[in-house]
Amino acid sequence: MTGSTNRRTSGGAIPGLLKGLATTAKTLGRPTHTAEYPDAPPHLPPRTRGVIALLEENCTSCMLCARECPDWCIYIDSHKETIPSPTPGGRDRQRNVLDRFAIDFSLCMYCGICIEVCPFDALHWSPEFEYSELDIRDLLHEKDRLGQWMPTVPPPPALDPGSAEPAEIAAANKPPRVPRGADAPTTARSAGGDRRERPAPPGKDEQ
Amino acid sequence: MSEALEVVLRSVGVLAAFLVLPLLVGQAEHKVMAHMQGRLGPMYAGGFHGWAQLVADGVKFVQKEDITPTAADRGVFRFAPAVALVPYLVALAVIPLTPSVVGADVPASALFVLAVTAVGILGTLMAGWASANKYSLLGAMRAAAQLLSYELPLVLAVASVCLAAGSLSLSGIAQAWTPWWLLWQAPGAVVFLVAAVAELQRPPFDMPVADAEIVFGAYTEYTGLRFAFFLLAEYAGIVVMALLFAVLYLGGWQGPFADQLGWLWTLLKGLVIAVLVIWLRVAWPRLREDQLQHLAWLVLVPLALAQLALTGVWVVVAA
Repeated sequence: MTGSTNRRTSGGAIPGLLKGLATTAKTLGRPTHTAEYPDAPPHLPPRTRGVIALLEENCTSCMLCARECPDWCIYIDSHKETIPSPTPGGRDRQRNVLDRFAIDFSLCMYCGICIEVCPFDALHWSPEFEYSELDIRDLLHEKDRLGQWMPTVPPPPALDPGSAEPAEIAAANKPPRVPRGADAPTTARSAGGDRRERPAPPGKDEQ
Repeated sequence: MSEALEVVLRSVGVLAAFLVLPLLVGQAEHKVMAHMQGRLGPMYAGGFHGWAQLVADGVKFVQKEDITPTAADRGVFRFAPAVALVPYLVALAVIPLTPSVVGADVPASALFVLAVTAVGILGTLMAGWASANKYSLLGAMRAAAQLLSYELPLVLAVASVCLAAGSLSLSGIAQAWTPWWLLWQAPGAVVFLVAAVAELQRPPFDMPVADAEIVFGAYTEYTGLRFAFFLLAEYAGIVVMALLFAVLYLGGWQGPFADQLGWLWTLLKGLVIAVLVIWLRVAWPRLREDQLQHLAWLVLVPLALAQLALTGVWVVVAA
């Protein structure tokens, strides 16, 4: 009884068996899906979260990343350094010098919050993933090692067509500001003013 | 003296075939199953597409520890793999590749092969009982029930062919074969193939080793080389059944250039059947225990009896 109802709903045993044979035979003829990883490099999408790379020059030791890190896996040590004023009587400047920047990848959960919060683009995602170690303690990577991953960081993806210009390019394209009191360069408005003034001297000559 | 030498040579030949052909089938299973599932299968062992994977597996099995459970019936436990393996070696000896290329030309070789292959199941039963393990015992009981159910349709199907050929010898049957048999003996061929797959405990009839239910059935407690012998027995069984099918239903060595290439024809036909057995494993899910018995007693036995009747009527009418 139940067998007959089953047969009606599934279309019978024989068509199902033939379908199974046909599916496997078709798959046999198609190319395989296996990626031969150690022999062939894997194809990783550009936003792959492999490892966090550090661009040391951009870091100001502001500690934002270390404080935002949910599992506290970023260690930063820094000290202040005084730069004497270049001109006599000027004010001395202070700047932070980064002594230590380390990420413990045995704790890191690859959330990327540190990269999001960094105001100076010192941290970047790199698709590099082959940094396993035999000892979990060796997963604490210092800034030299983090810096070595910088060349593997892919360029940022292209902007959408029609989107606004990036802030850096918009700033570079803006006409340079005229310093107050200096001679006016030949910008459009000041050139027009010049022309209005220029006819006057010949008039003086005629007089 | 020359007779002894011939016996030795034939034995060595059969032994070589027994060691090489199952590995060929096993490798074919690795690769065919992988590609049917969109995978590549073994790629490293031996260099070219992993051709030596099974050799590497064999080396691995040799290195493993040979464990006998404390509660096991030691002697029976250790003897069981041999009981499972040797019958297929003996069966392979009497299957002819051509009338001349055969280990031992026995008069009633069809009967002999059926009798000998039925002994193999004793190895599984011994293994299951001697392991002193519930899963092993369940697996052995399932294997025994399965063998009892499927031996009958197998014997009936072979009886039909023997009746059609008027001979109990495998060589005689293949000699009497004509392409007309492909149609005439088709139901018997289907019954034979299904029953053979069930006898080999291959999917979709692998309830005795159903890993999701009873771990690995009668072989659960086995390790190392003894376990490898059970696996070898399974693949040797595929070779025996595939060659038997080729000889009984596909005419064995009959084909173009049969005088020179007869042995190749038998091997090729057997290989096709072996690949078919592999294909069934990939494509179909496992049957339930009651469905298995249902299929054997309500479908295969009546079909085999009908085939026997058809063959009998035709032989009488044609004669």
